Amino acid sequence: MQQAGKFSSLLQIIVFALSFFVFQPFAKAAEEENFNVGEMIMHHIKDAHEWHITGPEHGGTSIYLPVILHDNGFKFFSSKYFYHGKEVTVTNKDSLTLHYMEGVGPAKGYALYHEEIYKLNNEGALHFEGEHPHNASPTDLSVTKNVASLLLGSLLILIIMLTVAGFYRKNGAVAPKGLAKFLEPIIVMVRDDIAKANIDKHKYHKYVPYLLTIFFFIWINNMLGLIPIIPGGANLTGNITITLFLAFCTLLVTVFSGNKNYWGHIFWMPGIPVPMKIFMIPIELIGIFTKPFALMIRLFANITAGHIIVLALISIIFINKNIAWAGLSVPMALFISVLEILVAFLQGFLFAMLSALFIGAAVEEAHH
Amino acid sequence: MDLILPDFGLLVWTGLVFSLLMFLLAKFAWKPILNAVNTREQKISEALELAEKTKAEMQALKAENDQILKEARAERDQILKEAKEAALGMVEDAKGKAKDEAAKVVESARLTINSEKAAAMAELKNHVASLSLEIAEKVVRHELSSDDKQKALATQLAGEIKMN
Repeated sequence: MQQAGKFSSLLQIIVFALSFFVFQPFAKAAEEENFNVGEMIMHHIKDAHEWHITGPEHGGTSIYLPVILHDNGFKFFSSKYFYHGKEVTVTNKDSLTLHYMEGVGPAKGYALYHEEIYKLNNEGALHFEGEHPHNASPTDLSVTKNVASLLLGSLLILIIMLTVAGFYRKNGAVAPKGLAKFLEPIIVMVRDDIAKANIDKHKYHKYVPYLLTIFFFIWINNMLGLIPIIPGGANLTGNITITLFLAFCTLLVTVFSGNKNYWGHIFWMPGIPVPMKIFMIPIELIGIFTKPFALMIRLFANITAGHIIVLALISIIFINKNIAWAGLSVPMALFISVLEILVAFLQGFLFAMLSALFIGAAVEEAHH
Repeated sequence: MDLILPDFGLLVWTGLVFSLLMFLLAKFAWKPILNAVNTREQKISEALELAEKTKAEMQALKAENDQILKEARAERDQILKEAKEAALGMVEDAKGKAKDEAAKVVESARLTINSEKAAAMAELKNHVASLSLEIAEKVVRHELSSDDKQKALATQLAGEIKMN
């Protein structure tokens, strides 16, 4: 009992120390200017051209990720030419003070404002209308923090799954050991409880690889997002672009799997009077899109909300400028983090489950 | 606002990476893994089925063995019973035969005794007869040794005849 008590207090100290280490930049920022919680959180859950490790926001330790621009041919350079560029402060018409980073070296002629790259106008500046610059933007294909996290997560999934596949290749169909032993029940769960349970038993086979891929992609990237320091911490699965793409994949699979029965239910709903049939057409058509749209919003909102809650709880310390608040905020943040581990799995499961449900409805044969 | 607006660059990267990941996983991971799992599941279900079948076979075999054993036991009992009966019969037979034989022996002994007795009696009779004759001869001779005696006898005999 006492041992457990000692252990948990040790754990609290570690967590506290770690969180202090991670959020040190904001502590310093708080000393310098008024600490803006909203801005800090937004900065953290949004994409960036650098992968911040420690230290203050400007001049701290960061990994500067490559910038790739398409603007009359491709341009490659490190993002440090923005972050170590010239900081420009302007005041717009509404007397708002705005900062942006003007690129130097190979980044000359571009500016970085709120992680967006703009082309400088003829006067060599950004022209603000309200809070947004009205300058042209080059096509930004940079390896941002999310792209780097995406590559890393995908590589991790690939390594894990190829290791598991290698085990079976080497040992044949034997009882699994090691990594295969851990992952096989999850793979079988996706096959049986997600695919087989929702899709016709003669047709589910060809959807299993897709469902497995989205499940593990979401789950592992969710877990990576929960790690507060590099190589985790990117809010990848809480990024609307990622969830949009995944939901779009499910939409494509559903639409291209749809059989006569499925389209029949959309364009000429059986079993109701003709005026109702006509009335139902637009509703059913919208329904095709609302289902994946819900998938997109659900994953985005859940993961982003998780990140926001953890950051907000930690921010209590910096809002109050008193380290004693850590006694409240750290246990709460720890609790939410543990909850997020569950959510990480649950969201992957739900996404795959609902995708299977939509596909199942699309390939279902008429049975009346 | 840009939190809920998709980013073109990230979308391109996601499409590229996810498609590649999907392709590689489907070809090099999911296919061998699912194949191995399916094969093993099939193997296990086959093994279970076989075990069930073997069990049923064993049960049938055991029942058959029991039946054979039961029959063998019954047969053994039957044989024993018969053997006992046969032995008893043989003893009875032997007893009867011995009795008969003894009776025969006794009978033949009696017959022999009787015949011997008869023979002896006959011999005795003959002997007695010859003895009697000898005595009679001697007596007669003695009686008839003188004329006087012959006359007396004749007279006596004549007298006896008269009396008759």
